[in-house]
Amino acid sequence: MTPGYLSLSLGVLVAGLMLISMNLGASSTSLLDLLDAQRSDAVALVLLEIRLPRTLIAALAGASFGICGAAMQGLLRNPLASPGLIGSSSGAALGAIIILYLGFGEWSWMLMPSGGMLGALLAMVLVYLLAGRDASIVTIVLAGVAVNSLAVALMSLILNLAPSPYAVREIVLWTLGSVSNLGMNDLWVMLPATVLGWLLFLGTGKSLELLTLGEDTARSMGVNLLLLRTRLFLAVALSIGAAVSVTGAIGFIGLVIPHLLRPLVGYRPGRLLGVSALGGAAMLLAADIVVRLMPPGPEIRIGVLTAIVGAPFFLFLILKTRRWQLY
Amino acid sequence: MLRIQNLEVELGGQPIVRGINMEVRRGEVLGLLGPNGAGKSTLMRAILQLVPAHRGSVDLEGVPVRRIPGEQRARRIAYLAQQGPVNWPLTVERLVALGRFPHRSSWQRLAADDQEIIERILERTDLIKLRERVVTTLSGGERTRVLLARALVVGAPLLLADEPVAALDPAHQLQIMQLLRDYCGEGHTVIVVIHDLTLAARFCHRLALMHEGTLVASGSAREVLTPENLSAVYNIDARFGRGNDFYVIPWRSTV
Repeated sequence: MTPGYLSLSLGVLVAGLMLISMNLGASSTSLLDLLDAQRSDAVALVLLEIRLPRTLIAALAGASFGICGAAMQGLLRNPLASPGLIGSSSGAALGAIIILYLGFGEWSWMLMPSGGMLGALLAMVLVYLLAGRDASIVTIVLAGVAVNSLAVALMSLILNLAPSPYAVREIVLWTLGSVSNLGMNDLWVMLPATVLGWLLFLGTGKSLELLTLGEDTARSMGVNLLLLRTRLFLAVALSIGAAVSVTGAIGFIGLVIPHLLRPLVGYRPGRLLGVSALGGAAMLLAADIVVRLMPPGPEIRIGVLTAIVGAPFFLFLILKTRRWQLY
Repeated sequence: MLRIQNLEVELGGQPIVRGINMEVRRGEVLGLLGPNGAGKSTLMRAILQLVPAHRGSVDLEGVPVRRIPGEQRARRIAYLAQQGPVNWPLTVERLVALGRFPHRSSWQRLAADDQEIIERILERTDLIKLRERVVTTLSGGERTRVLLARALVVGAPLLLADEPVAALDPAHQLQIMQLLRDYCGEGHTVIVVIHDLTLAARFCHRLALMHEGTLVASGSAREVLTPENLSAVYNIDARFGRGNDFYVIPWRSTV
């Protein structure tokens, strides 16, 4: 499949899933009802204030998870790298939870996402400082593991100190990830950092392709490794920070999607970026649709669903890698 | 072409390259010899500015290499790393095409003339039949040829090849060395790190012998590969063929 055809197919898939997402919900309202003048106010409320932000946020966050996964796997030349590796996901979750715990979330709807984005950036800076200027891949991974562990430990501390079981439940549910109950405000707050993060990815494809030949050869071919690393770290921190602080932690998309699409782009890390964004958007939209189709009862959180699908896939990856090593 | 003056490189506080002075002429293959740890690879990496020089200078056509911007440098010096990794299972053709990337900006696709050069190098390196094969499934010899082809398609005036024939069988060693020699025939310059003394003598115009970070001898094979030098640098006794074809057989370790 040519890259253009693949992008077009994924684009059509995303558009189709967005249409389904816009037509699906607790009320039976559909896009066609917009044509009905008598129902227009209620319909507009449901579609524009509830379903549109939910759909757009799912698409944006999914795209961020996908592209960041592809970028991290390309940078670290490891198919098992995920966007959370440099601490952005757990940093964002910690930042948002601190705001939630302190009760500042009620002051302004902007505080929780802002806290999340700040957390993601701080975690990234910490990994960057720990790893140092000329860090090897192993050092970066170790620094990421250390910062992730610290963030998870601090989240546990907050849960431990939570004043009531309700607060614990609220925090835990938030960390499981969801795109329900989000409004246009949430979309506006995540949009600038998301777009800025995506813009930073532009033009990095060529360097990621050259990294296939190892760092020394890539540098001999004009790749400024320090600049590339800084740029990608910042891009991941911004876009993952923006996504996680609004949707909560949603795992596995950044790991699974680049892996699934890689053979379709001939294993070219540069070509993988754009299609992974589309693939990530499609996966999160599809997961959100599945969540909405579940029978009534406690809502299954999107992060739980992606993990339930993603974890067996991860196991499959390990088995495949093991078999590959045997031959 | 390339002038190295009083070059010193330290890694982790240890001097690795010490006071190297060397000149490489256009259109020659210079064989860089020396035991493991002599500083040959570090010298190459210092020429490429992959490690900072503690002291001294490296000039390419009279311009300090460190002043040449990265993209321009990539078009003027090609590098074949020692046992260079291939991290993703790309096809042979796609991997070789990476060599043309320094000639195109991030937004440009490869043009027809790039494709023409790739085609010519694939043919010359006997890779036409393997072009659709995945690099990670190739044998050691085929893989080395692919990586060399990637370095050759850059079309740089200077090629630095770090042990391109290590771990290859004799036929592939001869094939790779002949390719380097032919590349020079087109006006390019090659510096090649090599351990096989006879291949070095056979294919290189000049040799440079390094020991403990310093240059101990340079010149023709007969001038450099003397019993005294081999004994002092490698701790070996060697047998020499001294007819029209000069060859060296390492015979006995004197350690």
